[in-house]
Amino acid sequence: MEPTVLAEISGNVNAIGYGLAAIGPGIGVGIVVGKALEGIARQPEATNVLRTNMFLGIAFVEALALIGLVAGFLFT
Amino acid sequence: MLPPEGFFAPGIEEFFFDPYTWGPFGALEGTPFEVNRIVLMMLFMTGALCLLFGLGFRRAQVVPRGLQNVLESMTEFIRVQVAEDVMGKAGAKRFAPYLTALFFFVLAFNITSVLPPFHLPINGVIAVPLILSVITWVMFNYAGIKAQGAGGYLKGSLFPPGLPPFLYVLVTPIELVSTFILRPFTLTVRLLANMLAGHLILALFFYATTYLLLGPFQADGSPWYTAIFGVGALGAGVAFTFFEVLVAFLQAYIFTLLTAVYLAGSLEAHH
Repeated sequence: MEPTVLAEISGNVNAIGYGLAAIGPGIGVGIVVGKALEGIARQPEATNVLRTNMFLGIAFVEALALIGLVAGFLFT
Repeated sequence: MLPPEGFFAPGIEEFFFDPYTWGPFGALEGTPFEVNRIVLMMLFMTGALCLLFGLGFRRAQVVPRGLQNVLESMTEFIRVQVAEDVMGKAGAKRFAPYLTALFFFVLAFNITSVLPPFHLPINGVIAVPLILSVITWVMFNYAGIKAQGAGGYLKGSLFPPGLPPFLYVLVTPIELVSTFILRPFTLTVRLLANMLAGHLILALFFYATTYLLLGPFQADGSPWYTAIFGVGALGAGVAFTFFEVLVAFLQAYIFTLLTAVYLAGSLEAHH
């Protein structure tokens, strides 16, 4: 009997890899921004310090997702 | 207008150009100084930046107006919000000029991503972010060694005080890698990947607009209703263009802020 193909996946696995790499930083950025907003709401006079540190935190967390993106291009 | 082989997905090859051979650039071909489209954009943007500041501050007045007003509010933002907030008045006096130059340089090279004649971020090629990160790396190491002495600086950054001694087996290698290797690496990759990804998103949407809108007009082309999705792709492309402007400013700000934080960290000994 001839083998039958029921479903087929084509394309690049890197797309899935990048999707996985984006999950963690997505959650992380959400937590960072959420907590910073909470802090600003509780203490509006600390806004400047909190905002600076929020961007720092985002920059560190976001690096993982961006490395995932670059890895997708590197390992084709 | 439509490529005969169907939809063309943009890739990393968008950033590779052959060196120019015409005019004065012909003589430079084959040397390390050969000029291609991106190098020409770098020269143009650097000149434009110098011109902008020359015009803005040529006859600086106590009460600024027009261009001077805009530029002053931006330079003051870097000096007060970035330099003085992170490293205090004394450090800011030393490093604010470099940070200001860095911010505007990165911004000028980012904004070409959406600037009409170019539409290509210069920071999407690794050369510029890499060199800027190396400068930052050399600067914060030099500042640290000058402020604390070579021994004190290495001790402060590799052996953070206040830990039980056996933990240094774990902490010192981590600090070594994160301070001296990962810092410049993430600084480079953050800027590079943000601009690269932004350009690819824009290119994808505008290629898709051409493909979907013009598809129904081709012989044996796609059905008529793809044009509706073409309008959607155009809208998304325009929306992401505005998003790219935001990203260009944000990444310039983050690059400057991180440089300031690294400098501040090496200026004062850990407590």
